[in-house]
Amino acid sequence: MENLVLQALSGLASASSLFLVASGLTVIFGVSRVVNFAHGSFYMLGAYLAYTFVTQLPRGHLGFWGGVLGAALLVGLIGLVVEVLLLRRIYRAPELFQLLATFGVVLIVQELTQMVWGAQDLLGPRAPGLRGSTEVFGLRFPLYELFLIGVGPVVLGLLLLLFHRTRWGTLVRAATQDREMVGALGVNQRMLFTSVFFLGSLLAGLGGALQLPRESVNLHMDLSIITEAFVVVVVGGLGSLTGAALAALLIGELHAFGILIVPKITLVLVFLVMALVLVVRPHGLLGKPEVAARGGQGSAEPMIGPAPAALRWLALAVLALAVVVPPFLGDYAISVLTELATAVLFAASLHLIMGPGGMASFGHAAYFGLGAYGAALAAQWLGAPMLAGLALAPVAAGVFGLVFGYFCVRLSGVYAAMLTLAFAQIAWSVAFQWVEVTGGDNGILGVWPDAWAAPKLVFYYLALALCIGATLLLRRVVHAPFGYALRAQRDSALRAEAIGIDAFRTRWLGFALAAAAAGIAGGLFAYGKGSVFPTFMGIPRSVDALLMVLLGGVQTLSGPIIGALAFTGLQEQLVRLTDLWRLILGVVIVALVLFFPQGLAGAVRARWEARHGDA
Amino acid sequence: MATLEVQGLEKNFGGVRAVQDVSFAVGPGEMLALIGPNGAGKSTCFNMLNGQLKPDAGSVRLLGQDITGLAPRQVWRLGVGRTFQITATFGSMTVLENVQMALLSHHRRLGGLWRPVAGMEAAPARALLERLGMADQAGRPCGILAYGDLKRVELAIALANEPKLLLMDEPTAGMAPQERVSLMALTAQIARESGIAVLFTEHDMDVVFGHANRILVLDRGRLIAEGAPAAVRADPRVREVYLGSGAVTGAH
Ligand SMILES: Nc1ncnc2c1ncn2[C@@H]1O[C@H](COP(=O)(O)OP(=O)(O)OP(=O)(O)O)[C@@H](O)[C@H]1O
Ligand SMILES: [Mg+2]
Repeated sequence: MENLVLQALSGLASASSLFLVASGLTVIFGVSRVVNFAHGSFYMLGAYLAYTFVTQLPRGHLGFWGGVLGAALLVGLIGLVVEVLLLRRIYRAPELFQLLATFGVVLIVQELTQMVWGAQDLLGPRAPGLRGSTEVFGLRFPLYELFLIGVGPVVLGLLLLLFHRTRWGTLVRAATQDREMVGALGVNQRMLFTSVFFLGSLLAGLGGALQLPRESVNLHMDLSIITEAFVVVVVGGLGSLTGAALAALLIGELHAFGILIVPKITLVLVFLVMALVLVVRPHGLLGKPEVAARGGQGSAEPMIGPAPAALRWLALAVLALAVVVPPFLGDYAISVLTELATAVLFAASLHLIMGPGGMASFGHAAYFGLGAYGAALAAQWLGAPMLAGLALAPVAAGVFGLVFGYFCVRLSGVYAAMLTLAFAQIAWSVAFQWVEVTGGDNGILGVWPDAWAAPKLVFYYLALALCIGATLLLRRVVHAPFGYALRAQRDSALRAEAIGIDAFRTRWLGFALAAAAAGIAGGLFAYGKGSVFPTFMGIPRSVDALLMVLLGGVQTLSGPIIGALAFTGLQEQLVRLTDLWRLILGVVIVALVLFFPQGLAGAVRARWEARHGDA
Repeated sequence: MATLEVQGLEKNFGGVRAVQDVSFAVGPGEMLALIGPNGAGKSTCFNMLNGQLKPDAGSVRLLGQDITGLAPRQVWRLGVGRTFQITATFGSMTVLENVQMALLSHHRRLGGLWRPVAGMEAAPARALLERLGMADQAGRPCGILAYGDLKRVELAIALANEPKLLLMDEPTAGMAPQERVSLMALTAQIARESGIAVLFTEHDMDVVFGHANRILVLDRGRLIAEGAPAAVRADPRVREVYLGSGAVTGAH
């Protein structure tokens, strides 16, 4: 019993910290609709800056609390600078493009942080006056945790006061409720966005700084907190402060008690709960449906036509190179090319969902991984030959695509994206924690091609044929009636339903088809590497796919192909050539977002059309 | 038998009684106008007829079959074409492709994964556009079309499933006066030839009195008058509703 109380208390302390970060994220999203991946980086910066301030300043109350607050304030200013220099320029860009930009910031901050503070974990001092512990039901409980429990409600109270008692707060709430209102605010709009970013970043920084006495400061803090914070924000309902508080409470306690009750599935518990909440309440606990944009015209997405002759020739030339050159290359280069081929198919499959489908997926790696595991498990437990494994891969991925997609495609926007992420995390943690079957973290080894395909070159040709074939097939689908139906429901669900198109079914089948295609890529990847690991389904791989599609451009069919080649090639080269690859990649991404908002293929197309008259 | 029969239709939005006890019928080839001031409940009526909204009470019958509460796509399959007050077309497709989509859906060919759309149902789609005077626009994307032209595209789409009933919510909004009259004349002609029942709303009284066979007047959710154009024009209650706007007597 006493134990449970302690557990509940420590759950409250986590909930408090989580709320600080999530509140900033939700306020920023509410006003600007930016899905700010960099929020976790601000949290990490808060912790690092607090470490420096607190250790440099004289010891004592002033030094510690001054350091913490100073760090929070400085992070707020950094957020402000990022808003003014970057985000302000891309508010009109599609949601996912903004996400890409903030992800670039994540990479940059990661690298800079490592340059300044080094790679090793840092241990900060404990808070003066709160070092000891107190007795709760006869058991000892750290004072600092008690303090944290108090911070959450106090910050919530202050924020509610700010939002309900000041003119600024009224403006923020108005902007959160009605997007159109933001435009009507006129000159104040810029100031409003900037100040909201300042406040949100400050809260993230404060959350990070307050972790100093609790845990070591390290370079993984950004991504681990941002997923949790997103979960909290989405479960609570985007833009809802009270919702975030409720959700933080729920998630915090879930962490605390999950370990006691179901230690086997701790990793997945949070995502299971998020999936459950979203299935039952598509807008989170306290979120409201978005005010639908007026007019049924939908977005003025560009048209899709047959590829111009020049592009066909270029594609043929590249393909010819891909066929002719490899025999002269070494094994390493050939395996890189094999990987490239799978990347192209992986990106093309995600593009089907994002482009024509108009849906977002943060968890597309799930289907890549499910294909890989489908093949590997068949090889491991059934002794299946390679071709059987490769045939099973799209089936496994497609079936799960049907099951997960059934729930995901009912939601829209960020909620849908987060639900895809939740399912991906569930799949990942099953692979990670079901050790008897999947080998857990050690993965499944020895998934080698059959003898005839064992030479690297032969396997490369097999992968090339299958990946290019499947990619062309997807392209064909986009030009066929089903692909048009996908675009129809994206352009105007109202009109689609009014001419007999079942929008839900169309999205659902599109999602499953994309999943199956990703499964092919995954299966080939598994045989190419000779092994599968849970990371195949991890968030970073999903983000890779997103980056490929967005870099190339969502709006053109060749976008994902170019994006996959550019991204994989760039990353490969950068990792080899320099230690600063994250920094460079981050800068490249930010530059692309600023200067090529339609992606690489989109930019080329715009040039082309400008020169050759209108489309 | 009447093509469309509506009995005691009712819809409330919270406290707003948008439509109350509305009953009427339209026959084949008939042009029935539903008029009334802004917010009278016209679009709400339409939305209940094609299934976009479920009525709180009342029934909708199409050729004797009860279709109350069916989804829009089911209603469409039974032969009801619809145009929207705020146009809804597929912005990333050409005018022709928009019509092709409606035709493909009508013939249940939208599941195809292999044959490109480009060559499917192109000829009948072109013929429809030809009929509506939109042939020269066939290759333009709907995303950049003028509003009046979008209304025509919507009509072409609505005609694609060989409808028995056409629901047109302000079909000529955004057009020049000349265009309005000619489009409605064309609509009336098509309706007569194919025996299509047409229910339309319109704020332009020239269009209404020039082309409707019969007129329903809606005010604050209730039908206050029904009859031939001349009778409705003379009805004092109708004059009262439109008092000051001068709409009953002159152009919009
Ligand atoms: N989805 C809705 N939610 C709440 N109220 C609604 C909704 N749709 C319509 N209303 C209200 O119902 C009433 C009737 O609206 P409706 O759009 O049917 O009028 P209308 O006759 O088509 O007007 P207009 O000539 O301006 O198009 C109005 O008071 C409107 O505000
Ligand atoms: Mg209306």
